[in-house]
Amino acid sequence: MRVALFPSCMTEGFFPQAAEDARWLLERAGAEVTTPPAATCCGQPAYSTGYSAEAVEMVAQCVDAFADADYVVLPSGSCASMLRRFAPGLMAATDTAAAADALAVRSYELAQFLDGVIGWHPPADALAGRRLVMHHGCHALRELHAAGAAERLLQAAGAELLPWEAQTECCGFGGAFAVKMPAVSAAMADRKLDTLPAAEMLVSADPGCLLQLAGRAGARGLGLTVRHLASLLREAADGP
Amino acid sequence: MAHEPRIDYRVNAETILRDTPGVREAVTRATTHFDGSRERAYGEVDETALRDWAAGLRRHVLANLERYLLQAEERLTANGVEVHWADDAEDALAILETLVQRHEVRRVVKGKSMLSEEIGTNAALEGLGVEVFETDLGEYIIQLAHEHPSHIIAPAIHRSVEDIAAQFETQLGTAPNADPDALAAAARARLREAFLTADMGITGANFVAADSGTVALVENEGNIRISTSVPRVHVAFVGIEKVVPRLADLGGLLPLISRAATGQRLGNYVSLISGPRRADEPHGPEAVHVIFVDNGRSALLDDPEQGEALACIRCGACLNTCPVFRQTGGHPYQWAYSGPIGAVLAPALLGLERAWMLPQASTLCGACEDVCPVRIPLPRMLVTWRQRAAAAGYGFAGEAMAVKAYRWMAARPGLFHRATRLVGGPLGQALGSAPVLREWTRYRDLPGADDDGRDET
Repeated sequence: MRVALFPSCMTEGFFPQAAEDARWLLERAGAEVTTPPAATCCGQPAYSTGYSAEAVEMVAQCVDAFADADYVVLPSGSCASMLRRFAPGLMAATDTAAAADALAVRSYELAQFLDGVIGWHPPADALAGRRLVMHHGCHALRELHAAGAAERLLQAAGAELLPWEAQTECCGFGGAFAVKMPAVSAAMADRKLDTLPAAEMLVSADPGCLLQLAGRAGARGLGLTVRHLASLLREAADGP
Repeated sequence: MAHEPRIDYRVNAETILRDTPGVREAVTRATTHFDGSRERAYGEVDETALRDWAAGLRRHVLANLERYLLQAEERLTANGVEVHWADDAEDALAILETLVQRHEVRRVVKGKSMLSEEIGTNAALEGLGVEVFETDLGEYIIQLAHEHPSHIIAPAIHRSVEDIAAQFETQLGTAPNADPDALAAAARARLREAFLTADMGITGANFVAADSGTVALVENEGNIRISTSVPRVHVAFVGIEKVVPRLADLGGLLPLISRAATGQRLGNYVSLISGPRRADEPHGPEAVHVIFVDNGRSALLDDPEQGEALACIRCGACLNTCPVFRQTGGHPYQWAYSGPIGAVLAPALLGLERAWMLPQASTLCGACEDVCPVRIPLPRMLVTWRQRAAAAGYGFAGEAMAVKAYRWMAARPGLFHRATRLVGGPLGQALGSAPVLREWTRYRDLPGADDDGRDET
C-alpha cells in the first residue's frame, strides 16, 4: 500500500516532529510511505480567503504530486478537509475536476486512516492512567466527522478523555482569521482555555489549532502542554 | 445606502472587547444557554425530518415566490387587509407616512420587528413627530438606552441584569439593584399607558400564509398580541420572503422556530391575524395594513449562489452557536442582522463595498450550518462572498499580495519546504515583529518548532 504523507505547511513549520511521528506510525501500520516534495500547500489559505485562482493552482499541484499514491494521509484535519471536501467544488469547472474528485476520496486525516482504513491501533494500556483533553479542529469535527476516530485511537490505548464544556467550539484560528481578526481570535482561544479541565495535556490532530491554543496560553503565561495526536500515538506505540 | 461608510467589523469588535468586556460574558452566557436549550428541545422530535421538511418548504416558496405573494395579496385583501408593496426602505417609510397621516396617528406601539429595524422605522416616525414605544422588553431597554438590537431574537443580549438595573434606576426610578421581575414590572407599568393610548400598532411577521391571508406572529411576552389588537390601526412590515403556502404549514414552522431559537416547544403567544375587526366583533383594530417590503430581496433571490439566504426564518440559532458572535454580540455588524446569517445577507442588501468585511468575521467552523433549522449552507456562502470581494479588489491591506506570494513559494517546492522549516525556528522568532506576524504576536506567543509536548509553552 503506497501512502503519500502530506505533512502540511503548519506541521512542517511548527510541529516537524509530528510529521516524523506520522510517518513512523504509517510505516508501523504497514504502509510504504513517501513524501512527494512537490506537495507544498493544499490551497486552503487561498481558498478560504477568497482567492480561487491561486487555490485552484495549488490544488492542481497537489493532484499532480499525489497521482501515484494509493492514499494521501494528512496529520491535519483542516488540510485533509480541503482536499476531501472543498477541492471538488473548487475544481468543478476546471480540467482537473475528475482528478481532484479521485484525490478527494483517497485523502484521509491521519486518525481516520489509522482507525478506519489501515486498521492500526496503539497497544492496549499504553496510555493507561493518562488524563487528556482532546481538541477537535472544526473541519475534522464537522467536515470529516473524524472526532470519533481520534478518540477511538486514544481510548484503545487506555487514555482517559476528560469532558470539556467548550469541546466542540472553534479555537479561533481559522487560518487567516487569526491574523485578520486578532482580538476576536484571541478571545475565542481564551474561551477554550478558560474552560479547560485539569488535564496533563491538550491533544489535537490539527497543527493550526495547537499553534493557536499554545500561542495564546503562552501569551497569558498559562502552563499548557499541547501535543499533536501523531506524537502521542507514537509514544504509546514506541515508548516516550 | 450606497454612500454609507464601510462597516469596519474588526475595529468595532476590538473596541467592544477592549471597552466593554462584560458584553463578551453576557453574550456567551445567554447564547450558550439558548444553544443548549435548542439541542434539548430537538431531542423530543424527529429533528432530521422536521428540518428537512422546513428546508424543502422554504426552498419551494423561494422557487414560487411570485405566485404565493399574489395569492397572499388576494386573500389578505378579501379579508379586509389593505396590502402595500415597497421596493425599498424609502418606499416602505413613505407608505407608513401616508398611513400615519390618514389615520391621524400621534402615538405608536411596536412589537419586535427586525425588518422595521432594517428600514429605520423609529427614526422615520420620530421625524414625523410620532411618539414610538418599543414594547418587547429587550427592545424597550435598548430604546431607552438609544442602542440598536444586538441579536435577532434577544435585542438586549449584550446587557447584564446589573447594567439594566442601573439604567432603570435612573430612567424609570426603580430601586437600586432591582431584580429582573421588578425591572419587568417597571417597564410594564410604563408601557401600559402607551398601549392604551396608542393609535397604531406596528409589528413584523414571522410568516404570512398565502392560502388564508393570515399574518402569523410568535412571541413570549404578549406585547405583540396587545400591539395588534388594542390600537385602532395595525401595520405589519413583511419581508417578501416570509410568505408560506398554507396556514397548515405554520403547525410545523412555528414550533420549529421556537425550538431553534430558544428551545421552547412553542412561544407563549401565537397571533394569527386575518383582518380588521368585523361588524359584529367588539375588539380588534379598525384597519390592518400589510406592507410587503423588497429592499434588495428580489435581487438576492436571483443570485444563484446566495439566494438561499432568503430561506432564513430568523430564529437566531446561527448567532447562538457562533463562536465569533459570542465574543462581541451583534453591534460590530452595525446593522439589523448579525452573526453568520447577517454576514451573508449584508453584502446582498447593503452592497459588497460597504459590507465586504462581515463575511470575513468567521473562522468557517461550520457550527452555524450544523444548527440552521432550514439548512442554509452558510460557510459556503461566506466563502463565495469572500471570492467576490477578492475579485472586486476589497480586502485587508496586503492580503492579495500575501496570497500571491504564498502561491509563488508553493510553486517552488525546494524553497517552500526550506522556508516552512525555518518559520518554526529562529527565523520565525525573528519574524515575530515583522508586519505580517505582528498581528499574531500581539495576542500570542510564536512557539518554536519541536516543542510539542516536550516543554511547556
